[in-house]
Amino acid sequence: MEKLQYNAQELMVVNAARLLKDHDVVFVGVGIPNLACNLAKRTHAPNLQMIYEAGVIGAQPARMPLSIGDPTLVTGSAAVCDMYDIFSLYLQRGNVDVGFLGGAQIDQFGNINATVIGDYNQPKVRLPGSGGSMEIAAWANRCYIITPHQKRRFPARVDFHTSAGFLTGGDARAKTGVRGGGPQAVVTNLGILKPDDDGELVLAAIHPGVNFDQVAENTGWPLKQARDCQVTAPPTETELTILREHLDPNRIYI
Amino acid sequence: MSKLKSLQEAINQYVHPGDLVYASGFTHLIPFAVGHEIIRQGLKDLILARATPDLIYDQMVAAGCARKLIFSYLGNPGVGSLHRIRAALESGQLEWEEYSHFGMVSRLKAGASGLPFMPMNPTGAADLMENNPNYRQVTDPYSGSPVVVVPALKPDIAIIHAQRADIQGNAQIWGILGEQQLVAFASQRVILTVEEIVDESIIRSDPNRTIIPGMVVDAICHVPYCAHPSYTQGYYDRDNEFYLAWDAISKTPQGAQEYLETWVFGLPDRAAYWENLGIETHHRLKPGEQFSQPVNYGAY
Repeated sequence: MEKLQYNAQELMVVNAARLLKDHDVVFVGVGIPNLACNLAKRTHAPNLQMIYEAGVIGAQPARMPLSIGDPTLVTGSAAVCDMYDIFSLYLQRGNVDVGFLGGAQIDQFGNINATVIGDYNQPKVRLPGSGGSMEIAAWANRCYIITPHQKRRFPARVDFHTSAGFLTGGDARAKTGVRGGGPQAVVTNLGILKPDDDGELVLAAIHPGVNFDQVAENTGWPLKQARDCQVTAPPTETELTILREHLDPNRIYI
Repeated sequence: MSKLKSLQEAINQYVHPGDLVYASGFTHLIPFAVGHEIIRQGLKDLILARATPDLIYDQMVAAGCARKLIFSYLGNPGVGSLHRIRAALESGQLEWEEYSHFGMVSRLKAGASGLPFMPMNPTGAADLMENNPNYRQVTDPYSGSPVVVVPALKPDIAIIHAQRADIQGNAQIWGILGEQQLVAFASQRVILTVEEIVDESIIRSDPNRTIIPGMVVDAICHVPYCAHPSYTQGYYDRDNEFYLAWDAISKTPQGAQEYLETWVFGLPDRAAYWENLGIETHHRLKPGEQFSQPVNYGAY
């Protein structure tokens, strides 16, 4: 059998999709997370419920949404509510299973910086800031992060805590009283990092053809490998066909 | 009594230099035509508040309207940076006050409800709280647990776009609701723009869809296509091509100024702007039809 070809984005989408469970209620972002959710819905999780921070519940987008508030999210959705309600009735109340997060920096304990590089009051680079991510990271039952694996994106400590992972590790997160379980996986083009018992991100799975040194070299702290570190199954023909022919035929994100 | 006014009149009468302005709309119904009229009238020293400043505030900052920005997500949605705002922040020319989305809408919820502040559960992310003294932590008097609070936001002026309203200002919105209702109730004065002015009987045929009641509205302006390049659900689509184009246009101050000369100062109003976009763009942004089923309210 001829080996299937796929790119880094496809690899990340497929592996993120596999983390979702049927009947999960997911707070979806545009781009790669949106593709991962729609892929899961069309494969192993047909009852996935997609919620968007713009206040759309049970979206069934007919085309690829290009912004978080794309009108295609509303047409045919189950419900629409205002912004206060989506964050309070759904997220704060504990009705969201999964949140997807992104940012410029992710550190050793899964904390995310999407706010600023350098000093907050005299920013070297001013980034977008929290949007919904401060509360999603705190209150969703599980959080997933999808990002390319580069050393500058994975410093030992973030410049600014936009959203909380396991803070300084140990019971630091639990002590703050936040209800959600924090980051459960970081999916990259090299593998999957997961928190160990101390909340430190360690290599839990590696993609086919990648070796540990490659991952360690692209990580800003001395990366540990989980004892039961797996090799991920490559994307299947079915997964790639759905992605390329149905979800992103114009190859905007993949 | 009719509250109908031209947009020029409404801005002239209700928006003053130094005002705290909240032009609302989360991706949907962003009142660009009003931003352009404020630029045209040369209003300065404004405090601009919006969860997502979007292109409308990038343009207003480029035009020199603002002295301060209050926000919770500073990006060109789906594209990247807001270059003019970012440059103004990085060079220290623009003051700012930052929240998360929930912090921002909680401030509006308090303002809209006549409360001094709103409580929220802790998030564990301390850095924003440390840099913005409006975030405070208090103790829940019932459980003794920590609670985060933010103060009421009460803008001087709300700018809100809706699909339709009657001449009293009873406005109906469908699609993404954003923070429209909260902003209307939180603000001292409300300017409403609409795609269509309709008879009162149409509003009364479907009262559940009325998001903003006329009692809080000061002026209604009939401004079709007000929200372009954002969108109005069922009327015209989001112009994603323009959101991408603005990224290149706004890379330099000169690029942004040239845009403003042509598309704001060079045109009298929104009707001329829409005309200028051309038939191809009109056609590209026209959505298909998908109607809701009517419901029976009952005759009693």
